[in-house]
Amino acid sequence: MILAVLEQTKGTLPESSLEALTAARELAKISNDQAEVVLIGSQVKSLVSHLKGCAKALLVEDAKLDTYAPEAYAKIVAETIQKRSPRAVVAAGTDLGNDWMSRVAVRLDLGLATGCTEFKFEGANLRVIRFNWGGSLLEEAELRSNPKLITVQPHAIPNKPGEGAEPATETLSVALNEKDFRVQVKQVLASEKKGITLQDAKVVIGGGRGMGAGENFKMLEDLAGLLNGAVGGSRVATNNGWRPHSDQIGQTGQIIAPDLYIACGISGAIQHMVGCKASKKILVINKDSEAPIFQRADYGVVGDALQVIPALIAEVKKAKGL
Amino acid sequence: MKVLVCVKRVPDTGGGFKLTSDGQRVDTTNMDFTISPHEECAVEEAIRIIEKHGGSSTVLTLGPEQAQEQLREALAKSVNGAILLEAPDYESWDPAATAQAIAEAAKPGGYDILLFGNECADACNYQVGLRVAHWLDIPCVTGIKALEIQGNKAIAKREVKDGWEVYEVSLPAAFTVKEGLNSPRHPSLRGIMGAKKIPIEKKKLNKREPQLVRKMLRKPQEGRGQIEILGQGVEAVPKVVAKLRELGVI
Repeated sequence: MILAVLEQTKGTLPESSLEALTAARELAKISNDQAEVVLIGSQVKSLVSHLKGCAKALLVEDAKLDTYAPEAYAKIVAETIQKRSPRAVVAAGTDLGNDWMSRVAVRLDLGLATGCTEFKFEGANLRVIRFNWGGSLLEEAELRSNPKLITVQPHAIPNKPGEGAEPATETLSVALNEKDFRVQVKQVLASEKKGITLQDAKVVIGGGRGMGAGENFKMLEDLAGLLNGAVGGSRVATNNGWRPHSDQIGQTGQIIAPDLYIACGISGAIQHMVGCKASKKILVINKDSEAPIFQRADYGVVGDALQVIPALIAEVKKAKGL
Repeated sequence: MKVLVCVKRVPDTGGGFKLTSDGQRVDTTNMDFTISPHEECAVEEAIRIIEKHGGSSTVLTLGPEQAQEQLREALAKSVNGAILLEAPDYESWDPAATAQAIAEAAKPGGYDILLFGNECADACNYQVGLRVAHWLDIPCVTGIKALEIQGNKAIAKREVKDGWEVYEVSLPAAFTVKEGLNSPRHPSLRGIMGAKKIPIEKKKLNKREPQLVRKMLRKPQEGRGQIEILGQGVEAVPKVVAKLRELGVI
């Protein structure tokens, strides 16, 4: 059996969980096995309709577990593994998924391969391809301990809805004590930021060193407003205080995957490119035609972003009849 | 307050990578070495905690002799002590082996706070800090961007998609931190000179059998074809607008 461990929030499954579920179902299929799913939270029953093609949904319905309680979550999965002996356990390679599975791994003293993009059984071993350097390099590695624990790199395996019947449900009961809640979310603070997020936006506009100053990001905001997009920045932009750090696109910031990424005055260091290379299309505006980003984009304008962007804003307004 | 901060020596790759001919590692000929941006922030946080609450900070790495450079850099910024877990073959230590050695080295130290980067820049395993915390039986919060110590507890904040999760844990505790937590300082000349005199404690620990074994590194396929240059400067704007139309953006 292949076990998928899925994050959910308020009764919805994020795209990364659906990708992990797809990966688990495919791993089950190629090894003539079946997939089962663990879901935790008070509203998880409504999610069973998304789990077609899986044999069983193991549910832990407890309102106390609606916010992430890492040690309790890990204990539930570790005990489920001991009871049901899966060959492999698959979760999303998000911050939460990596945290959760690392805790499961150390409880059972097992290896864990994070950020996988491909995997296949080779005898007793699982051969994985996984991200190194945020995806600038790929590592082929062997996971020797059993069962195999992996997290799936977001955007690497496209979500394919399952086919067939909905799974049978079973309620899991795991005894939790006070210590299992020694790490828990006490409070959730809403973001002070308004508007569409870098993760949700179909168009993202990024500014780098070539923007020259924080106030020049206003023009990127204006363009984003016209294109219903969001604005981010390179590490230079956030380190210089031109943008808040949470807007950083790159290996140590956010990994984005919009339909279009417009990179303005960004040279294209590998640490930035791993944050944006999942974009469907990349348009570059940079005055240095030798900048490495021109090797990694679909469309380019060789020009100073500070001149091109205002002209582009005027033209887009005209095109939209504004 | 006693703080331990753990770092990893990694090549400063700058513009790109070359792999060694056997595909086993990054070719580091003519490359400088550094630590990841997350760990730079962990070092800075260790120093700030001691400046505010008193006590001492220690930096630890598992790596080759040359990793003393990274320890000296932290000492130069005013970390108080340094431990090198000698492992010339450190690249083949998997997360469990690394964490077990760190936990063993940390146990007698009686640290109140252990700091790690959320993930190292090269292997991106995301798990050493959590594994160390488990073996020391202390709570751990990962990926934090704010930390406040209040007596014998700590408030840590983790950024999520639409806001912040606030965690409260009692000390001793471990935290893995992300860039954005603070702005790391540069070492002063006086700090650099002073750091040379601080002895580095060296230990050699057993390496357990790895569970995750590297076979090969390779570069990913770049999925994009030849770039289409739309023009030079503002003259390119009409073509850009046409392209935005074609892509369905406007």
